[in-house]
Amino acid sequence: MELSLATRSVSDHTVLEVGGEIDVYTAPRLRERLIEMVGAGETRVVVDLGRVEFLDSTGLGVLVGAHRRLRASSGSLTLVCPHERLLKIFRITGLDSVFDIHGSVESATTGTPAGA
Amino acid sequence: MNSTPPASSTVHLAFSPDPAYVRTIRLVAAAVARRAGVADELLDEVRLAIGEACTRAVALHRRYGLTDPIDVMMTDGGRFTVQVTDRGPAGSARDDPGETTGAIMVQVAAETGLPPVDEEALSAGVGLALLKGLVSDLAVASGAGGSGTEVRMSWPLGRTRSP
Repeated sequence: MELSLATRSVSDHTVLEVGGEIDVYTAPRLRERLIEMVGAGETRVVVDLGRVEFLDSTGLGVLVGAHRRLRASSGSLTLVCPHERLLKIFRITGLDSVFDIHGSVESATTGTPAGA
Repeated sequence: MNSTPPASSTVHLAFSPDPAYVRTIRLVAAAVARRAGVADELLDEVRLAIGEACTRAVALHRRYGLTDPIDVMMTDGGRFTVQVTDRGPAGSARDDPGETTGAIMVQVAAETGLPPVDEEALSAGVGLALLKGLVSDLAVASGAGGSGTEVRMSWPLGRTRSP
């Protein structure tokens, strides 16, 4: 399945819904979209990985890049990841301690701590 | 003609270093692994690990401007074994600056929460961390003839071969 990207507003956050497979082929499109969002002045960005079927190191690199860019502009990147198979990838690479990861968009946009 | 099935069988693929093919290789690899008898609960890991090895090889070929194909050899004798061989310069397995700095960057990012700047190097480091975390039987060696790098991985065969 190809990558799908859609944005919507939830309270004062912009949620980027990602679907399909994020890999070395599709990650550049995700990177471009995130750079556009930061360039457009978005500061509270939520990336919803709920419909992502596959995520590799290239995709993780793009998310780290977006996290860094948002921090540089006093913004924040929050991830929504309800799937154990994806969470495992964050844990193996140690990136679970870099990102603020929530189980739902509601939790990510209301600031409820992960797992609450 | 011998009607006895072979003790092991092989699927050998070669693909141009184009990111678009990595997904195809993942799909084929998962199908071959399933047929070989790799347990269903391991297939996600097999798919991800083979994809990471191929992504690493594609990045290496592109960095050095190589158009040669990348080799993927899958065999199912005893264990399901996959070898991904690139044509990068000799010794790039050990001296690859992208992988070394990438791995260090990941560690720094994880410990300080301050991510590094270079996404490509970071992804390479993350890829290596994923391979090491996913595959208990992982070996990285110089390719035959002294050129290229061979990433070898294997998984147990948990059930009988399916048709």
